[in-house]
Amino acid sequence: MPSSIMSTSKGKGCPQPPAAVSAAGLRKSYGDKTVLDGIDLHVPAGSVFALLGPNGAGKTTTVRILSTLIGADDGRALVAGHDIATSPQAARAAIGVTGQFSAVDGLITGEENMLLMADLHHLSRREGRRVTAELLERFGLADAAGKPASTYSGGMKRRLDIAMTLVGDPRVIFLDEPTTGLDPRARHNMWGVVRELVTGGTTVLLTTQYLEEADELADRVAVLAGGRIAAEGTPDELKRLVSGGHVRLRFTDPAAYRSAALALRGAARDDDSLVLRIPSDGSQRELRSILDRLDSAGIEADELTVRTPDLDDVFFALTGGTDQPSEEISR
Amino acid sequence: MSSLSLVVRDSSTMVRRSLLHVRRYPSLTLNLLLTPVVLLLLFVYVFGEVMSAGIGDAGRSAYLAYLLPGLLLMTIGSTVVGTAVSVSTDMTEGIVARFRTMAIHRGSVLIGHVVGSVLRSVASVVLVGAVAVAVGFRSADATALEWLAAFGLVTLVALALTWIAVGMGMVSPNAEAASNNALPLIVLPLVSSAFVPLEAMPGWFRPIAEYQPFTPAIETLRGLLLGTEIGHNGPLAVTWCLGLAILGHLWSRYLFNRDPK
Repeated sequence: MPSSIMSTSKGKGCPQPPAAVSAAGLRKSYGDKTVLDGIDLHVPAGSVFALLGPNGAGKTTTVRILSTLIGADDGRALVAGHDIATSPQAARAAIGVTGQFSAVDGLITGEENMLLMADLHHLSRREGRRVTAELLERFGLADAAGKPASTYSGGMKRRLDIAMTLVGDPRVIFLDEPTTGLDPRARHNMWGVVRELVTGGTTVLLTTQYLEEADELADRVAVLAGGRIAAEGTPDELKRLVSGGHVRLRFTDPAAYRSAALALRGAARDDDSLVLRIPSDGSQRELRSILDRLDSAGIEADELTVRTPDLDDVFFALTGGTDQPSEEISR
Repeated sequence: MSSLSLVVRDSSTMVRRSLLHVRRYPSLTLNLLLTPVVLLLLFVYVFGEVMSAGIGDAGRSAYLAYLLPGLLLMTIGSTVVGTAVSVSTDMTEGIVARFRTMAIHRGSVLIGHVVGSVLRSVASVVLVGAVAVAVGFRSADATALEWLAAFGLVTLVALALTWIAVGMGMVSPNAEAASNNALPLIVLPLVSSAFVPLEAMPGWFRPIAEYQPFTPAIETLRGLLLGTEIGHNGPLAVTWCLGLAILGHLWSRYLFNRDPK
């Protein structure tokens, strides 16, 4: 089910912005289980790109490959202009990674974790202290800086994790399910962090199971299902892919219902509940035309609702509606 | 930054991290010291008179002198069990995944564990040695050079056992498994010439005690501290240590360079 807007690196004519991350034909399998079955990506520099998909779709594997943690079986990927297979160290110097599971050293304090990162980024002692203090403050961890990281709450650990990722001023940041397991407030804080990063020119590639999150944050979204990209585009482009948008008219009078059905040809009828569904993008113009036609026929509907498609519709349309385990999809 | 200074800088950062763990959780290291110290006191004060029969009825203090070299090496075995546990914990937590995606010298993660472990081992040996001195151990005739050689041998044994322990830690899925897998490092000294001379063992058992790495190392240390015959045990001990260190190093490096699960 590849969509019509699969405009990755193959698109010709229109000049593309420089890619912070690009991948072509990434494949990975464990034994005879195919996890990634040819992934192409083009993430413009300075944007937020979301990999959206159910569990087992291959999101984490994609991030692990792009962040040089594991190798791909096939395909090629450039991160910040460096081929991750031939010059992984150069790619590593440009990236920051926050994995799904907390990557902090629980035995030492939050501050010591930060200073450890500063040392590994070869910052001077003074610069390291400055960056540490600044980031701990920014992520609301200044008060807990002297406590062992193992005593932190889930949200605090996640914030420390991100703060550690930011120490080296990475140009490309990978966030694997950054808000999974966070409470709503912590999630909103995390969104704020991501938006702030992008204003600073950083590229963010994140994975998420939450449609709302992709819609909220991402400039572009790729829907991953069964190790393939089912569709890719801006959230709006994706929403246009599904025919979920319609105006719904409900009647109580069967006679009015029948004449409305005559007046509005092309409407989907539900004779039992006296409901008409007219495909529409929900714009003012289309609404007016529907209302005009009803007026001229002298019909009044008892209820009118406008439903626009959201990413949910896209997601369920593309991923088969359920959390399908990938084994069923892959060969 | 040149690659050598990168190695040195990242490795020393990792060593500092390892020592920071000891400072934050000294109990981890001190608990491991308990076994050799308890054995020392037990064998000197409870079994001392009886055990001395095995070395020619020389009395309690003579047995303490006989016992100490073996116990010091057992102390190393005990300390590196902690290394196996901490390597295994490290590998199962996300922090090592983070290190792998950073532009640091890859080997520094293991070097940090190894150097930290050798330092801990040597410090532990010094502590157990101090307890022994407190209960009456004296090395009358060891020269400065022999002390130095003894120190070198202790360090070499620590290095060898550490690399093996690092590999054991890496193949273990969790801390408990690491602790179990590293158990031979504590048990092996028990079946060596640490507590009784080989001649006092039954004939069928003697080869087991004789042809294992701890016995030549113990005999060499004993010779250095007490002036007994070292003979072929010196080169044998060094060969064992180098062999184990290289084997453990290659094994650990292979395990570390595999793609993480």
